[in-house]
Amino acid sequence: MKLALSIWRQDGPRAKGRMVRYDIDGVSEDSSFLEMLDMLNEQLISEGEEPVAFDSDCREGICGMCGVVVNGSAHGPERTTTCQLHMRSFKDGDEIVIEPWRADPFPVIKDLVVDRSAFDRIIQAGGYISVNTGAAPDAHSVPVPKENADRAFMAAECIGCGACVAACPNGSASLFMGAKITHLGELPQGQPERDSRVLAMTEQHDHEGFGGCTNLGECTRACPKGIPLNVISQMNGDFRRAGYGY
Amino acid sequence: MAASGLFFIAFLLLHMYGNLMILSGREAFDEYAHHLRTFGGPMIPEKGALWVMRIGLIVALVAHVASAVVLWRRAGGARSTRYQVTRATYGNFYVRAMRWGGLALLAFVIFHLMHFTWQTVTIGEAHASPAARVIDSFSHWWGVGIYALAMIFLGLHLLHGIWGAAMTLGLNTSLDRAETIRLTSIVVTTLIVVGFLVPPFAILFGLVK
Repeated sequence: MKLALSIWRQDGPRAKGRMVRYDIDGVSEDSSFLEMLDMLNEQLISEGEEPVAFDSDCREGICGMCGVVVNGSAHGPERTTTCQLHMRSFKDGDEIVIEPWRADPFPVIKDLVVDRSAFDRIIQAGGYISVNTGAAPDAHSVPVPKENADRAFMAAECIGCGACVAACPNGSASLFMGAKITHLGELPQGQPERDSRVLAMTEQHDHEGFGGCTNLGECTRACPKGIPLNVISQMNGDFRRAGYGY
Repeated sequence: MAASGLFFIAFLLLHMYGNLMILSGREAFDEYAHHLRTFGGPMIPEKGALWVMRIGLIVALVAHVASAVVLWRRAGGARSTRYQVTRATYGNFYVRAMRWGGLALLAFVIFHLMHFTWQTVTIGEAHASPAARVIDSFSHWWGVGIYALAMIFLGLHLLHGIWGAAMTLGLNTSLDRAETIRLTSIVVTTLIVVGFLVPPFAILFGLVK
């Protein structure tokens, strides 16, 4: 495959970025999107140019490290992570525009790499449970109804990649927040801190500069893990109960 | 956003019910219009109940617009660098039209007040009787056209508005619930839009004289 890539290049956090065009040839349809970028970087290095910086880690779609906006879609045209996107989703001769996540709370560090520490600070604000650690308790010591366990597990699939923020026209992180709040709120261990969690996390979310949710649903369509929009409603319900006591 | 929006929906249902009085004839409608002013009398002074409703609506409008402005500004602040490529959205077009659609509705509400409340705009001739004003206005096809267009905008705003209100109130907690909410939003929207459009079209086609 022969492709024309248009990639956001930015030397550093404060540098001014620009779109740069690269032509690449001999890309296999079976290679992943990141392997295609690896090929481009080898080409750039052999030409004595600076390679394109991008994030990746597990490359099997479970860690949430990778993520770029491909032709205006977070993680590209398929419902998966960028590392699990394959070049067979494109055609020979395609033009591909590659940009970093765009959100002010996710500042660009270099090229396609953004700083997602804002998510870590939201988790630090309340996305955890406080338990006595010690010997592991028996699995059946705290019974959990299957319905709640399933919903908690569904929400826990969130890998915190930030595609929801990248796709949201409001730049809101509500889907991420809703996933974490639903994940912990469905389980007995999450109950003692349920109220303080939602209040602290939303406060941190707004403080980071993320936008507000207007229920458009772009986040859930971009989510590689298919987290449903209703986790946002669960967060809103928790917020109302915590704030007004009903 | 949700609370003020639901207040508007309750008002719209009452307003729609009142409008349907015209189907019972001019006297019934004039009686209804008069009764709105003397509602609750003699304990409540003339136009008292009307003003309670008006103040409620103004408060709801201020809350609704203020919330929209806050969301709008936060959205602008959250993405100061735009994407080079923005693809067409996956969602329905009307969910992206809440802001300018809302502004269009506000413009219509001002026109509507100028038309029937302040009577600074007349379609047809000026009349002392409310029923005569309504019937004369909607005997003109373009009078019906303006209101029908506004009802289409209202319908699109309501479809996403009811969905959003349910989301905000924390009612959408499962995929089954989502279906119920979607169905409710379609039923309520259809009820309001059709209910408001029945009188103008009935007048246009000469069913109410």
